[in-house]
Amino acid sequence: MSDAIVNRRQSLPAVMNPFQQHALVLAGQQVLSDGQSAILQTLRQQCAENFKRATWPGRKVEHWKYTSVQALKAYESAGWATPANLPEGFCSERLMTLNATRLVFVDGALDLAASDSMPAGISLFSEANALATQLISSHLGKIAGSVDLSRRNLFAALNSAWTADGLLIHVAQNVILEKPIYLVYINTGSKAVANQRNLVVMEQGANAQLIEHFLSTSAEAPDSGFVNTLTEIHIGQNAQLHHTRLNLEHESAAHVGAVHVNLMRDAVFNGFTVAEGSKLKRLDYQLNHCGQGASLNFDGVYLARHDQLVDYHTCIEHRVPHCTSQQAFRGIVGDKAKAVFNGRIHIFQDAQKTLAEMNNRNLLTSDTAEINTKPELEIYADDVKCAHGATISQLDDTALYYLQSRGICPSQARMMLSFGFINELLSGLPVEDVKLWLENWLRNRFSENRSLVSDIKPRVNAGADL
Amino acid sequence: MLEIHELFAKVEGKQILNGLSLSIKPGEVHAIMGPNGSGKSTLGNVLTGRSGYEVISGDAKFNGKNLFDLEVEERARDGLFLAFQYPVEIPGVSNMEFLKASVDARRKHLGLPDLSSFDFMKLARESSQKVSLDPAFLKRGVNEGFSGGEKKRNEIMQMMLLEPSLCILDETDSGLDIDALQVVAAGVNAMRSPARSFIVVTHYQRLLDYIVPDYVHVLSHGKIVRTGDKELAKELEAKGYGWLEEEGV
Repeated sequence: MSDAIVNRRQSLPAVMNPFQQHALVLAGQQVLSDGQSAILQTLRQQCAENFKRATWPGRKVEHWKYTSVQALKAYESAGWATPANLPEGFCSERLMTLNATRLVFVDGALDLAASDSMPAGISLFSEANALATQLISSHLGKIAGSVDLSRRNLFAALNSAWTADGLLIHVAQNVILEKPIYLVYINTGSKAVANQRNLVVMEQGANAQLIEHFLSTSAEAPDSGFVNTLTEIHIGQNAQLHHTRLNLEHESAAHVGAVHVNLMRDAVFNGFTVAEGSKLKRLDYQLNHCGQGASLNFDGVYLARHDQLVDYHTCIEHRVPHCTSQQAFRGIVGDKAKAVFNGRIHIFQDAQKTLAEMNNRNLLTSDTAEINTKPELEIYADDVKCAHGATISQLDDTALYYLQSRGICPSQARMMLSFGFINELLSGLPVEDVKLWLENWLRNRFSENRSLVSDIKPRVNAGADL
Repeated sequence: MLEIHELFAKVEGKQILNGLSLSIKPGEVHAIMGPNGSGKSTLGNVLTGRSGYEVISGDAKFNGKNLFDLEVEERARDGLFLAFQYPVEIPGVSNMEFLKASVDARRKHLGLPDLSSFDFMKLARESSQKVSLDPAFLKRGVNEGFSGGEKKRNEIMQMMLLEPSLCILDETDSGLDIDALQVVAAGVNAMRSPARSFIVVTHYQRLLDYIVPDYVHVLSHGKIVRTGDKELAKELEAKGYGWLEEEGV
């Protein structure tokens, strides 16, 4: 029924807004190299068409209810970003020092100087060999496309329409990657547009760790770039992936990104994500249990201050029986910032014996900050265990008193408690160096940036959980 | 050390302390006993300045300073320590970080130089061994997933590190098995000195076999109704608190 309504709306000759029109012009400016598979050309055209017909986000569109895309107005005549040179010492100062395969993309293009050489299995779409081409043909667009049409995100469609090249990561059967793959995306602050597309294919029994890290050079431009990203991940039977995604760009940037994952039988996805707010920051995770016995654990953290926005939409689809999903998200929001957490769990009629848990906890640190948390459970099976919880609170005054009674001043006590609130989720990170880096980053965040914590007023009798 | 004079205090609108007076000299150990609801825990919370515990009248002088003019953390830095009846769990903040922050604050107040991380770690490990707590606990979240006994030993360890001049133990013995009780008592006894005083709030005489008090006070309806030596505690254990009330003291 809802499909019918949506389809009718989509078929109306909607008038495109200037950004939409310009986005299609941008797609037309791209030249594909000769080696690119025909499938990409078809996908681009098809998705451009979908994008054209999609309803533009607004208050009346449920999945954009709390998030305005006004920030995109600044890009109505922006061009493609021309990759800049990185400032001296940038990589050593700002990136994590990891024993990993590092690939650095600057404004959407691979920076060879800053990157390691690509090991077997990793290649750009434009340099794909026969096997890679075949993998691209069989998976690209299919994972994002496996979601019901009415729920597809128009920015995912735009990403496909904009994809002239991308990165393929292929982990062959029973291969265990010793080194994590560390993907870095740097935005250099020009008022321009960039597109990033990844495809990860993990075959049966494969095991890998993938880290995606987004950041900016310290540009203070009022609009330091719009990035549209889409990572599609296929986790084959009994394969395991640890995926960490850090969205830490400058607050003047706009980022719309999505991660789509299909889990096959007995596959395991361990996800972790951190985002700092910016002018527009919208992140969609679409995780689909497609094979029995698959399990996923997915934790996230968001921090927003000033007048930033951060919006996480997660959707877990249990399409088959005997799968589990556990999800915990925490956020701290201060000043006039706004955060959105929309967690959807969809349990299909056949997905008996599903175990699904979702938890979202928030600390609100000023009277003008805003948090919208919305669990959405849609359950059609009758033999499942499903739990969700959402809280919005302030710091626990008993804990505050305990710290003070040991001589710790209130401002430091609040900082420690806020840090602890977030830090609790970091313990599950598999790569020790990533965990340490994040701990350190968080510590700096909280000590430099009083506004996240200093307005927290303890409330008498306020429990941490509502 | 501590002079409490005619202290009246209320919690959530209910008056709990009714003119309590108590004088403690350096080096003394005072035990406070009394039935449930007599105001034992309230005393500790009022002295440390927990919000919600409101002083109506009376005063408390701690080393000559008026305690009620000071913030919670200032009282702690001045050397007042409360071992909590229910130590608070703070997941995500490591015990080590918590201990370092509190010791740093106290040392700074005393005009002592900061300890290096290395020296502090060494000190913390030694202290944890003194209370038979595996040093691995230092890396865990504050009291996170600790058993009752482990939490109490953690409190004693904090006391050792902070070297306060007045220690209030709020029912530290409640719920402890005999081994843990001995560890706690040994920790307290090791810290006894002519310059340091203790208020031991307890429900059970048993603790006082291990921590021998100089004075035993009986608290009833928010004031001290009887004071004696350690023999009083034994009498209380044998007869209960009823006889005091019957005697109308």
